[in-house]
Amino acid sequence: MSHSGRPLSPHLSIYRWPITMTLSILHRVTGVAMSCGLIVLAAWLMYAASGPEHYQYFRAAISSPLGIAVLIGWSFAFYLHLANGIRHLVWDTGRGFEIRQANASAWFALLFAVALTLISWLVAL
Amino acid sequence: MAVFKLPQNSKITKGRHFGAAEGASNTRSFGVYRYDPTSGENPRVDTYEIDLDSCGPMVLDALIKIKNEIDPTLTFRRSCREGICGSCAMNIDGGNTLACTRAIGSIKGNVRVYPLPHMPVVKDLVPDLTNFYAQYASIKPWLQTQTPPPADRERLQSKEDQEKINEPSACILCACCSAGCPSYWWNSDRYLGPAVLLAAHRWLVDSRDEATGERLDQLEDPFRLYRCHTILNCTQTCPKGLNPAKAIAEIKKMLVERRV
Repeated sequence: MSHSGRPLSPHLSIYRWPITMTLSILHRVTGVAMSCGLIVLAAWLMYAASGPEHYQYFRAAISSPLGIAVLIGWSFAFYLHLANGIRHLVWDTGRGFEIRQANASAWFALLFAVALTLISWLVAL
Repeated sequence: MAVFKLPQNSKITKGRHFGAAEGASNTRSFGVYRYDPTSGENPRVDTYEIDLDSCGPMVLDALIKIKNEIDPTLTFRRSCREGICGSCAMNIDGGNTLACTRAIGSIKGNVRVYPLPHMPVVKDLVPDLTNFYAQYASIKPWLQTQTPPPADRERLQSKEDQEKINEPSACILCACCSAGCPSYWWNSDRYLGPAVLLAAHRWLVDSRDEATGERLDQLEDPFRLYRCHTILNCTQTCPKGLNPAKAIAEIKKMLVERRV
């Protein structure tokens, strides 16, 4: 919409983000992150299939601090995408659209993801 | 495609500063987006120190005070000053709303005033809403019928049927919701946006309308309707307290239900 040489009014740089907007973009970001994570999953299966001497390389990489950080990020992405996906299912039934409900469910999805990531890693480590 | 950065001619530069009047003790700083199409310069933000003791309570009062007493070239739309005409829709303190119903006292710190986001700017706070109005016309926002009306009276509605269209009929087409929707920012050439879809839903559920099928056919499109990703900025920002997001969800439900 840049016709007639008129300037475009500012948007992202001036807009105050409601929590629902933050969750919406996080839903997309976590979806993309999980897709990228599938490469790690495929690598895991490939290394596992090619025998113990190869698998130890993968195991070393994934047990490194960087590897664990990636896995923690991936699990957070999974839990947030899951919780937010349920929000979307509820919305598809036409419910949960009052501002108070939508804000509450957004915070719930965030807390759910943080809590389950923490619990999972406390159990795992 | 979504372009997140502002074009070169839209980048905002530092503007002028207008100090408070002498003797003013209760002042507030207003940063107002300015663009003069005749100057050939980029938009800028001018700041005005306003004496709130000699100013009305609303942001529109401050804008009128600036225009009357400091800078008569400041340009903005306004008419009813009571939230029913929708003319003074703009971005205030990061949210889209009507300047006439937004109290200065409800804003913390400096007051930032911009035109409705991601719109071509005609001048200062006046956006070009041509595309928005054309999209509104495209959903045929009027009663469409095949059957002749009763000979002796209007097409009557039950009280319940009337109540279904009460709320969306209160929309004043100020464009706050559409201009607050990121999907509309990136795809306003093809996505109808929340305000127009709220109106579309209003005619879909009107018990007297007989073009429901054609209306749904026109909406069933990856862009016109389904660019809504339930971001909910529309409902969060509507100065009339309406719920375009819910109306869009209801349209999506109608499209599913007519298939089963």
